[in-house]
Amino acid sequence: MTWSEIQPVLTQACWDTLYMVGWSTLIAVVAGLPLGILLVLTDKGGLLQNVVVNKVIGQVVNIARSMPFIILMVALMTFTRWITGTTIGREAAIVPLAIGAIPFFARLVEMSVREVDGGLVEAVQSMGGSTWKVVRSVLVPEALPSLISGATTTVIALIGYSAMAGTVGAGGLGDVAVRYGYQRFETGVMWITVAILAVVISLLQIVGDVVARSLHRRSGGSGGLLLFRPLRGVLPGTVATEAVKKS
Amino acid sequence: MSVRRRPYETQPHSPCLNLHPCPGTPTPAHSTVTETHVITTSGLTKVYRSRGREVTALDGVDLHVREGEVYGVIGQSGAGKSSLIRCVNLLERPTSGTVTVAGQDLTALAGRGPRAGRELRRARSRIGMVFQHFNLLSSRTVRDNIELPLEILGTPAKERSRKALELLDLVGLADKAGAYPAQLSGGQKQRVGIARALAGDPKVLLSDEATSALDPETTRSILQLLRDLNRQLGLTVLLITHEMDVVKSICDSAALMDKGRIVESGTVSELLATPGSELAAALFPVSGERTGEDRTVLDVTFHGEAATQPVVSQLARTYNIDISILGAAIDTVGGLQIGRMRIELPGRYEDNVVPIGFLREQGLQIDVVGADAQAPVLVKDGAK
Repeated sequence: MTWSEIQPVLTQACWDTLYMVGWSTLIAVVAGLPLGILLVLTDKGGLLQNVVVNKVIGQVVNIARSMPFIILMVALMTFTRWITGTTIGREAAIVPLAIGAIPFFARLVEMSVREVDGGLVEAVQSMGGSTWKVVRSVLVPEALPSLISGATTTVIALIGYSAMAGTVGAGGLGDVAVRYGYQRFETGVMWITVAILAVVISLLQIVGDVVARSLHRRSGGSGGLLLFRPLRGVLPGTVATEAVKKS
Repeated sequence: MSVRRRPYETQPHSPCLNLHPCPGTPTPAHSTVTETHVITTSGLTKVYRSRGREVTALDGVDLHVREGEVYGVIGQSGAGKSSLIRCVNLLERPTSGTVTVAGQDLTALAGRGPRAGRELRRARSRIGMVFQHFNLLSSRTVRDNIELPLEILGTPAKERSRKALELLDLVGLADKAGAYPAQLSGGQKQRVGIARALAGDPKVLLSDEATSALDPETTRSILQLLRDLNRQLGLTVLLITHEMDVVKSICDSAALMDKGRIVESGTVSELLATPGSELAAALFPVSGERTGEDRTVLDVTFHGEAATQPVVSQLARTYNIDISILGAAIDTVGGLQIGRMRIELPGRYEDNVVPIGFLREQGLQIDVVGADAQAPVLVKDGAK
């Protein structure tokens, strides 16, 4: 295969991946953030303590988290058809991707929010603040650097999941790697997709790190931990490490 | 020998503390204390239950804090003082008993369940609280931190910002409005904490070990700020602490807590005038060991007029006895000049009844130290 033949295929695959990952991340963040906060609030000693709700959400999240994505995708087909009217293509892949990412992100949110100093919550309560005010003024802003890191991790996980979306004809880079690289023995194509994925993932991680760090540094770097930095050091002397040197 | 005021001791650490008002400031020299009780707890009990075990943190606490005073609750850790202050604004729900702040029964507003209803939240907004670890939001600037209680009250943005800057000026941090808490020192953080606590114009300020995380120098300046605010704004301050120095330098009244109960309480001058008061002894310890078996050791407390009388030399001359001074100190406690001396007289207590009577006649407070006679006073080395 020549470059002129493969180039449009790759461009289309990039857009497909971006489309699927973009939408499913958005949905995962929108749904996972409240879910994660709810997990903290309803827990024992939380502001909205409710053991039953906590256990139910926790259990659902655990099951969804432990499900292999490819099985989740097949298992959700009826639901997917109900939502999108089809079980194949990019739109159809977004549904299981989002459903898989919501509990993933919710757990990360839960971890980040738990790191917020309970004294701050107490301070706002002592001022007469409501639970909603505590969430808005304390839990989310104080956990923000860590939440950004969590979102970065989620995007990267979703890129990984999206490779499997090819099995429902959703396209994307993973699909190209499998169909051209593996099934047609076009090793070159496979390596190109690997390279693209590596660059994209590294860039995402770097951007996420820089944003999280700048927020973290502004607020003095105390409290809240940055989650998972699997790619730290992959590209020596990159923006992330430069940022560290500058500070 | 008379107890003279040593020049060092009569100079308070800062001109604004204690007896002497700063020249040129509107600080009134005398306290703003009235007889109205602004915080009252009655029969306050808090029992924590965890895994079938019960721990009684508060065991029927009756506390009366008068309007405009600085009231210190002191005790060892685990004595229940933290539970007490957190029960005052119902951050902790008492198991039984009532809490009344500024005439409002907060326990009646609490309702059931752990969530605070609107009524209780409104009441809380009128009670300021400062914390040991400051509890400032790291994601907000100093100014935005101070605006937080005003946001909760629904104050318009313009008014919030005006008020925040005014409060920053009051606590002496006018130039730090745009800084983040991480850029401030401990003392500055606590000043912001105090400014934030004052944003809602509270009548009552609760201070939960506000100076315990600070070094001695900063502690003094924060205490002075609290004292000044108390004087200038007529703010009632209820503070808990484990440091005797805090009580000594700013409190009008104090209570000693032990095992969930208030063991002693009263105004500082009352306490100092109470023979055998543990708090008085801890506030103002004198040391010195008895040198022999058949000797009588006395703690002589001077205040007011008596401090200027040469009583000890009179005693020696009148009864022709030799007096050894084991230890002595002069200090300012709660704005009162007070001296305490530990002396030793030859002979047992029975032999010294007359000289002791003489000392009491001079208006001195005498505590007999040791195994014999009345209530032995053990000088505690401050509550830790």
